Amino acid sequence: MSETRIDRRFADLARQRRAGLAAFVTAGDPDPHLSARLVSGLPEAGADIIEIGMPFTDPMADGPVIQASSQRALKAGMTLTGTIDIVRQARRHDDDTPIVLMGYYNPIYSYGTGAFLRDAVDAGVDGLILVDLPSEEDRELCLPAVEAGLNWIRLATPTTDSKRLPNVLSHASGFVYYVSITGITGTHAATRQTIASAVDRLRRHTDLPVAVGFGIRNGEQAAGIARIADAVVVGSAFCQAVADGLDDGKGTDSCVDNALTLCEAISHDVRKARA
Amino acid sequence: MTDNSYSQGPDQDGHFGIYGGRYVAETLMPLVLDLDRTWQEARGDPAFWEEFHSLGKDYIGRPSPLYFAERLTRHLGGARIYFKRDELNHTGSHKINNTVGQILLARRMGKTRIIAETGAGQHGVATATVCARYDLPCVVYMGTKDVERQAPNVYRMELLGAEVRHVTSGSRSLKDALNEALRDWVTNVESTFYIIGTVAGPHPYPELVREFQAIIGREAKAQLMAVEGRLPDTIVACIGGGSNAMGLFHPFLDDRTVEIIGVEAAGRGIKSGEHAASITGGRPGVLHGNRTYLLQDDDGQIIEAHSISAGLDYPGIGPEHAWLADQGRVSYVSATDDEALEAFRLCSRLEGIIPALEPAHALAHVMKIAPALPNDHVICMNMCGRGDKDVFTVAQALGVNL
Repeated sequence: MSETRIDRRFADLARQRRAGLAAFVTAGDPDPHLSARLVSGLPEAGADIIEIGMPFTDPMADGPVIQASSQRALKAGMTLTGTIDIVRQARRHDDDTPIVLMGYYNPIYSYGTGAFLRDAVDAGVDGLILVDLPSEEDRELCLPAVEAGLNWIRLATPTTDSKRLPNVLSHASGFVYYVSITGITGTHAATRQTIASAVDRLRRHTDLPVAVGFGIRNGEQAAGIARIADAVVVGSAFCQAVADGLDDGKGTDSCVDNALTLCEAISHDVRKARA
Repeated sequence: MTDNSYSQGPDQDGHFGIYGGRYVAETLMPLVLDLDRTWQEARGDPAFWEEFHSLGKDYIGRPSPLYFAERLTRHLGGARIYFKRDELNHTGSHKINNTVGQILLARRMGKTRIIAETGAGQHGVATATVCARYDLPCVVYMGTKDVERQAPNVYRMELLGAEVRHVTSGSRSLKDALNEALRDWVTNVESTFYIIGTVAGPHPYPELVREFQAIIGREAKAQLMAVEGRLPDTIVACIGGGSNAMGLFHPFLDDRTVEIIGVEAAGRGIKSGEHAASITGGRPGVLHGNRTYLLQDDDGQIIEAHSISAGLDYPGIGPEHAWLADQGRVSYVSATDDEALEAFRLCSRLEGIIPALEPAHALAHVMKIAPALPNDHVICMNMCGRGDKDVFTVAQALGVNL
């Protein structure tokens, strides 16, 4: 596979001797227009990687904050076509920041995997994270996505034992996403000690960069992770920031401003974590 | 799968043709594989089945009777109609067949906590029951919409010592209860066994639930041979997720002379869009661990199902049913809320059996086809649950204040 935006970004971070911040927001939250502005503003607010959630009616691995975020997006008319369009708009302002789509398989299956991969690559998507496609189902989308030149970002979890890890890491590229807790997004956090030993274990099995997510909600926690991992993923906190800007359920400029301000603050802490 | 058999699936990865599979989060995957190993060992262990059948006999009350519905047969004036009476089981439905089997697997795996989802509450009650019997803590997820319409079952679960957690997300019914149960499972994966109530979910659930429910079909076959001296001409069962239907159907799949009919819930009518008929009104997709027919919009978002019967109110169906539909081996039809209510009333008056609203859908279809069939045509319908829990819902639908 040729070098991707994700590879280049992690090489760049390694040269800067710092961890990256991966910011997750849901496409279409609070509405398609404000969402496009939020996504486009993330690089300047210090996000090193953008993760865009593809909203789904039944997000089985997500906690209440991201569930509510997905529901706002769907209610505002978001579709997978709309999600890809947000990527296309963001690419007009920024051609370097990696964009990863994250979500559940059914909307992609419904869109048609071939058509989806073509449109995603064309819009400037760099990688995919699919929560409900474990390595056992690689033929569905993983292998065609790799073929199409996208990075397939695998989730590893505390229950992924060493026997299983080689299977999980096969076909993985870009980076490995370590889910630091057994549980859903936006709940409790694991201790730094537990995460550090898990990251060490992953590094014995792969040379890929390791990002850590689930349960990281502020700059202090993010800085702690930034000392042990190659990137920190923050999601629910940004979705909550969007929710806090709602006026009577409607999206406002504050939704965007809140999330971008939080991104600047967390990015600041991540950048100085190893200084 | 061999060319000549409909009963050999799934393959070792849990696929029935393109359906089934294991579409779950990585956190759950090691446990799902572990469950598969435990299940494959157990199914080959005579001691496991000895315990299963012993509980079936003395705790559930198996075999359930096969009953000739004489007055209904005369009223409809055509085919001879038999009920397989799984509504007489302990706890009032077929669900207990499966929960007894799964609690034995949970014990083999050393799990110390049980979770389940429930729609009508029958699976929740059956799970709470075996948890009481084996002294395991039990949490049942139930949508608030179902909590309201199946209040008697909520209290039954609590009497049995289970904690009923009310689910307020999404459509507040069975699919959302399943989502919450999956979220609990992913959080408590080390300690917890998830007793899924139907022939759906990631492999090996569709297979193992079928094997526990297939006792229905095996008994029915032997009982029909005893009274009629031959196989039935038609077998009929209602379908939400499809566990009672798969239990009746599976032992008959390779008996080519037997016509097999699954009845989905048409709610307010297929054309109204307010129904729960996944095969009639849906298309293939991936949800809750398997690929199957789903009610979904053009963007692949899941559509809320509707049925007067809480047990059928689910936008998907077991993957083996999806495969059997594509193969053409089983015919999938539907019955509306109104047709089920009519069948509910007729059965109560004519046979002195108050059916659950779920099998009332199967009966509604029997009422459509029986009159035109000859007198020597034998129909066997699965009376998979009793209607005590539905009395309030039916009264409300008929405008009666209790």
